Amino acid sequence: MTGNRNARTREDDRPSDTDVSDAEGERRLLATWATPRTLKGVLSTVDHKIIGRRYIATAFVFLILGGLLALAMRLQLAAPEARFIGPDRYNQIFTMHGSTMMFLFAVPVMEAVGVFLVPLMIGTRNIAFPRLNAFSYWIFLSGGILLWVSFALDVGPDVGWFAYVPLAGPEFSPGKRADIWAQMITFTELAALAVAVELVATILKQRAPGMSLDRIPVFVWAMLVTSFLIIMAMPAIMIASSTLILDRLVGTQFYNPAEGGDALLWQHLFWFFGHPEVYIIFLPAVGMVSTIIPTFAGRPIFGYLPLVMALIATGILSFGLWVHHMFTTGLPRLGESFFTASSMSIAIPAGVQIFCWIATLWAGRPQLKTPLLFVCGFIFTFVLGGMTGVMVASVPLDTQVHDTYFVVAHFHYVLIGGALFPLIAAVYYWLPKVSGRMMSERLGRIVFALIFLGFHGTFFPMHFLGLMGMPRRVYTYQPEMGWGGLNLFVSLSALVLAAGFLLFFIDAIRSARSGPLAGPNPWNAPTLEWATSSPPPAYNFRRIPVVTSANPLWDNGETLPVAGGLNIDRRELLVSSVVEALPEARESSPTDSIWPFWAAMATSILLITSIFTPWAVVWGSIPVAITLIGWFWPKGEPEDEA
Amino acid sequence: MKERIVHDLSHLPLHGLGTASLTWWGTCAFMLIEGTGFALSVAVYLYLMSLAPAWPIDAPAPDLLAGTLLTCLLLISLVPNLLLRRWAEREDLHKVRIGLVVMTVAGVLPLIVRIFEFPALHVSWDDSAYGSITWLMLGLHTTHILTDVVDTVVLMALMFSRHADKPRRYGDVSDNVMYWNFVVATWVPIYICLYWVPRL
Repeated sequence: MTGNRNARTREDDRPSDTDVSDAEGERRLLATWATPRTLKGVLSTVDHKIIGRRYIATAFVFLILGGLLALAMRLQLAAPEARFIGPDRYNQIFTMHGSTMMFLFAVPVMEAVGVFLVPLMIGTRNIAFPRLNAFSYWIFLSGGILLWVSFALDVGPDVGWFAYVPLAGPEFSPGKRADIWAQMITFTELAALAVAVELVATILKQRAPGMSLDRIPVFVWAMLVTSFLIIMAMPAIMIASSTLILDRLVGTQFYNPAEGGDALLWQHLFWFFGHPEVYIIFLPAVGMVSTIIPTFAGRPIFGYLPLVMALIATGILSFGLWVHHMFTTGLPRLGESFFTASSMSIAIPAGVQIFCWIATLWAGRPQLKTPLLFVCGFIFTFVLGGMTGVMVASVPLDTQVHDTYFVVAHFHYVLIGGALFPLIAAVYYWLPKVSGRMMSERLGRIVFALIFLGFHGTFFPMHFLGLMGMPRRVYTYQPEMGWGGLNLFVSLSALVLAAGFLLFFIDAIRSARSGPLAGPNPWNAPTLEWATSSPPPAYNFRRIPVVTSANPLWDNGETLPVAGGLNIDRRELLVSSVVEALPEARESSPTDSIWPFWAAMATSILLITSIFTPWAVVWGSIPVAITLIGWFWPKGEPEDEA
Repeated sequence: MKERIVHDLSHLPLHGLGTASLTWWGTCAFMLIEGTGFALSVAVYLYLMSLAPAWPIDAPAPDLLAGTLLTCLLLISLVPNLLLRRWAEREDLHKVRIGLVVMTVAGVLPLIVRIFEFPALHVSWDDSAYGSITWLMLGLHTTHILTDVVDTVVLMALMFSRHADKPRRYGDVSDNVMYWNFVVATWVPIYICLYWVPRL
């Protein structure tokens, strides 16, 4: 139906990759796709691998910053009535820790791994809307800088990572601290939404010929479901943060009960986003684990279909759970029962996933390399976090432990256990693809031991501290409470955990500079990203792979079936049909452009100045419009043909 | 890895239209984001209404004239909009140019009427939560009209330039048509909410 009337034997007279020798084809593809090594090249690149790498590196810098704040808190709490940090600074620190970890690390890093890997795993040459991808990174960076510069200037937000009103409202938080939190949300959500749109279009429309829905790698499925969660959930937080700024800046009454507003409205909006957010972080991790296990078990994943169905079911269920964050707000009994049931029901798809992973390992011949070690650590830790999750889904128990360290323990088990362990496994697994060099297996085992023991030493005792009544977010406590011993143990364990991370970063940097060369497929893995060199060339694949099974590199022997006929002198990629991935068009892919950078700068100026005056939205939109027109106006390049 | 060429792509068209176009999917995804935003704003409206002892809070129901006139203008604009899509599908440059000029006017007219809609609410954004949510919904929708008008103007300029006569530009026009349909469609529940729910 689409453009068939345009179809001729050959659409143009430019050379295709079948007209020249392999070496000549590679040389010309590189000339077409490579990013120049100049400042302008750095600011203009739209290569998904470069942007993905930047995104991941920046997110890890925020992980380090957020981790240092955690250490500062552990220093303060190591002994009763410590005086290292005052209450005001402590409020800023725990708010910055949570906001940084959730909005500047966890969500961006998962999306960024998708930005790097998805186009390689589905056999295409770049992500869809690559300029939007560049824009997204600059917006994310600006939001992060806004938050951390504010913190350095002692105007960091101090209202908790979920900024409940009325505390965050105009009456109880004068000054600009809460506005900076709210606008940081706008930055990061804008960046996240942009990447989600790119990933949806890429996954649905740019898959290699033959990669029908039942041959999509599980990680790519996970990123697809995650992207839809982002698209459906993040508008809620954008409405929440915008209305909070409006209440604070121009006197709207959304959250003011005296004028018909409602404080609980904030909690509804926040958690309607906030609970799917947990799965936005967790589902990519499920995808990573489901990709790593088959490689090291040496057999295809057990239960591909149930795993994919579990991903989708988790995504849908995640929108029906938000009220379990609000059990202590006095909602109607029937509502609480419903949300208890739905919260417990999410354990069913989680159980299916864990069964499939264990079955794959059981039926295979597992090689216990570092990535698989972290996956095993993930399964153990995540199951423990899931257990306490089922516990706090029950209203009476939740009422008892709400706002205590029990909850702090629970969500660190599911977030670090459920997402960070798989992410570290993913770094050990895929860094050889990114840098072309292996990480150290020996150091990897030490890193795992330190992080695993440090983690459980830090967070397991928090369950008991919570049951003993220690509330979260207190900057100190009295000696007679009897929490001192456990807190000291927790703080010492945090040092072990930090040492593990330090060693991990040293290993990653050392490996990227001087590790042993990896070769295209060091793990003998079955998915397409391993079919190209490590690191991949700017154009990803010399020719687009043709997929005939779910594990293409295992089932095709030494020879990869490919499709020829794409142009080599203009950026061109293959658009294919949604279900069966049948080729539909040779679409051009946008070239490098400086405009997304300028558009991001104009948007940043608009968003930051609108913290101070609503008129910034009016005059600030003019440069935004100009830069967007510059971005989209055709420049007469070969890519504009047809 | 050794390669074996099993498939030839060189006969494929250089640009797909409709569901074969990436921008079509991108536009759909953005409509899903914004549609969720609109749906949530309606939910907030109904939530606040469910809490209030009387609705509207300390204000009369909005005057119907401006809002209803705007609704009519938006519905009428669908006719040239759908014609424009047909012309774009036929790649008829002359008619597409005319259609884009008409749609620019059809986008500016509701913006003029919108100026009279805000006072017709008889409430300020800072009077009450009722005022806040009605201004928010109206403002959100105004932003969408404004964005689409700017988009249409740029597209019109493009179609009068040397870059015009290409399949991908006609695809852009079709996507713009789709987005305007979305702007009109999202207005209907907001119109009912703002003007008729207070009269229940």
